[in-house]
Amino acid sequence: MKLTGAQALIKSLEMEGVEVMFGLPGGCILPVYDPIIDSPIRHILVRHEQGAGHMAEGYAHVTGKPGVAMVTSGPAATNIVTPLCDAYMDSVPMVVITGQVNTFAIGSDAFQECDTTGITQAVTKHNWLVTDAADIPLVVREAFHIANSGRPGPVLIDLPKDVANQLMEWQWPTDADVDADLPGYKPTTKGNGRMIREAARMIAAAERPVIYAGGGILKARAAEALRELAELTGIPVVTTLMARGAFPDSHPLALGMPGMHGNYTAVTSMQKADLLIALGSRFDDRVTGKVDAFAPGAKIVHVDIDPAELGKVRRPDVPIVGDCRSVIEEITQALRQLAATAPEDAGSASAPDRGPWMAQIREWQTRFPLHYEMAEDDRFLKPQFVIETLRENTPEDVILASGVGQHQMWASQHFRFEHPYTWVNSGGLGTMGFAVPAAIGAKVGRPDRMVWAVDGDGCFQMTAQELVTASAERIPVKIAILNNAYLGMVRQWQELFYEERYSEVYLSPDLPDYVKWAEAMGCVGLRVEHAEEVQPAIEKANSIDDRPVVIDFRTDSREKVYPMVPAGGSNDDIILGPSQGEGGR
Amino acid sequence: MSPTSPGRHTTARHHILSVLVENKAGVLARVSGLFSRRGYNIYSLAVAPTDDERFSRITIVVDVGGTTLEQITKQLFKLINVVKINELDPAQSTEMELALATVKADAGSRGEIIEMVNVFGGHVVDVSHDALTVSLADAPARVDDFEELMRAYGIVELQRTGRVALPKLDRQAPRLRSVTGKVG
Ligand SMILES: Cc1ncc(C[n+]2csc(CCOP(=O)(O)OP(=O)(O)O)c2C)c(N)n1
Ligand SMILES: [Mg+2]
Repeated sequence: MKLTGAQALIKSLEMEGVEVMFGLPGGCILPVYDPIIDSPIRHILVRHEQGAGHMAEGYAHVTGKPGVAMVTSGPAATNIVTPLCDAYMDSVPMVVITGQVNTFAIGSDAFQECDTTGITQAVTKHNWLVTDAADIPLVVREAFHIANSGRPGPVLIDLPKDVANQLMEWQWPTDADVDADLPGYKPTTKGNGRMIREAARMIAAAERPVIYAGGGILKARAAEALRELAELTGIPVVTTLMARGAFPDSHPLALGMPGMHGNYTAVTSMQKADLLIALGSRFDDRVTGKVDAFAPGAKIVHVDIDPAELGKVRRPDVPIVGDCRSVIEEITQALRQLAATAPEDAGSASAPDRGPWMAQIREWQTRFPLHYEMAEDDRFLKPQFVIETLRENTPEDVILASGVGQHQMWASQHFRFEHPYTWVNSGGLGTMGFAVPAAIGAKVGRPDRMVWAVDGDGCFQMTAQELVTASAERIPVKIAILNNAYLGMVRQWQELFYEERYSEVYLSPDLPDYVKWAEAMGCVGLRVEHAEEVQPAIEKANSIDDRPVVIDFRTDSREKVYPMVPAGGSNDDIILGPSQGEGGR
Repeated sequence: MSPTSPGRHTTARHHILSVLVENKAGVLARVSGLFSRRGYNIYSLAVAPTDDERFSRITIVVDVGGTTLEQITKQLFKLINVVKINELDPAQSTEMELALATVKADAGSRGEIIEMVNVFGGHVVDVSHDALTVSLADAPARVDDFEELMRAYGIVELQRTGRVALPKLDRQAPRLRSVTGKVG
């Protein structure tokens, strides 16, 4: 069967099980947009290519399937670089297809030519410039395979226009074809048996262990395995910003989020631990603070699918390369065997008494809970109160997306995450503007779920136009803008570390008028200024299911995110609130 | 890469990475791009196809400590087109490098230069009235010495290739090895 390259591309996507793609056409990708008309794949027309990329990410976050975005060459390709980098930092599987100028024009500075594979080399797991239409099916298969195996990540296929028009003989490659063409790609998934037993021995012997669960748990679909390990051993679990939802917040062993804005118990338990069991986490600087002062007394068991993460920041005592789920299951198994083979030992003599450790943790939890002060009068709406009210008035399996800034930290701190894949956020890159398109992508992936986004007023202005997409495509997401009239997170740093010299952070609460803007984009727009209006507004939004809803919550500009470990500082120097330490002003 | 720093081929920290890559467009850019974006310095780099046309071998010399070397190797291996990486211990490998030098050579010094080239086992590859172009392919330290001696005559232009390397052959007799194998 003869097909054009463009037809072969769409057919290959169908063969890969793609149901939806996000994109926007243009000159070089024109040939590929024609067969889309006849394809069962749903195409969602975005208003800006960055939106397509973040939608694909949101889709991937909640479904575990690679998100697909397709855009044209040049400016469209550069517009999608930010989502690629975002996905690369957060290990999100994504396949991006870009148009390219004709092969014979490449290198001539042709109209809308840019070196897309060159530009995206540093922000993709791999990329391809296809020069022969016959290669398309194999490249597509490899793209999906690479995006979604090993450490997941974004890949990009750059397709010149003449290759899209070229006739080829259709043939779908086999697994063997893929393997033969990727001699250098063999991710290790099975953990080393000796290391696993060593890890089990260390875990069994630890007096003050903490499980340090990262986003890798979610990528490996290892939430169940994690829970089994924690419950078998009684070891408490911290969940990083990328791992919120990987372990239920209501679980007695859940300690919540560690790091720069983590709660006291999560941060301090890691500092005082004698063993950190790092599972799919990468010792990010936002978690460790000053590395030399991080968890100084802890031995490290580090499990990760990416060998380069082991020893990158902190040298592990037991490094295990492998898929988190299978390794955790094997560690659990090894622990059961340990207990069975040496019941006396394990039960009494050598098994450490973790009572004091758990008592210490409970004491910290009681003494230093997350807290904020309600406003002295009704003029100021507290952002944390909005998050809590949202938490109390949404179903347990609601999906929450967020932007980047103070509102993101409050959302992660004050919401509760009971299920995996309910928290969609930009961790590694910290991309303002992520929330709206990511929420849309998430809703497309899980239409059965309620999807809310908590966004900042600054972030919202970066990608709000995608609500036009959402209205047009009838994707009923709900956006809660925590409108503090500032680039709040930057304001917070200027307040604390630059003597309240506010430089270029004021945005105004009224400009733009978010309600009118929402309405102009086909959404329902609501405004909330007082605490008692919060719940009714949320309930009203929940009742609307035929279009997006935007709520402009006018929140207190002065509110800061606490606790806080100042950048570059030791986690021991955690500041709990405005009344304590240097931050007290 | 400072061409004037002396003894630059003999630092204690130098490591040789022999990287087998797929022979595809853009692979060298991926490798060199990775070095620059992760902040590693390449000391020298040589690349050529292998006997198997599907693959090329890139020989990279880096001057880093052990932890960084481990990161470099692991990050390199994440590149899809990288098939295999061998770290060659300088003490356990044969390294070779080629230098081409155009040296000032008037009637008075020409004979001496040619003699020197012969002593090193090099070649005179081009001749003019007032200059010679000479070549030497040898161990990098010998090439260093050669370069230094040529400098005395006045180097007009110098080009070195960067080194290539292979592991040293095992000199233990096979029988002996099997015996120690049993004992161990
Ligand atoms: C694209 C981008 N530009 C700049 C920043 C730096 N930055 C981090 S948080 C922040 C402020 C965000 O403001 P807003 O969306 O209003 O959220 P708030 O902190 O007020 O809750 C800025 C500018 C960023 N993370 N991303
Ligand atoms: Mg703000």
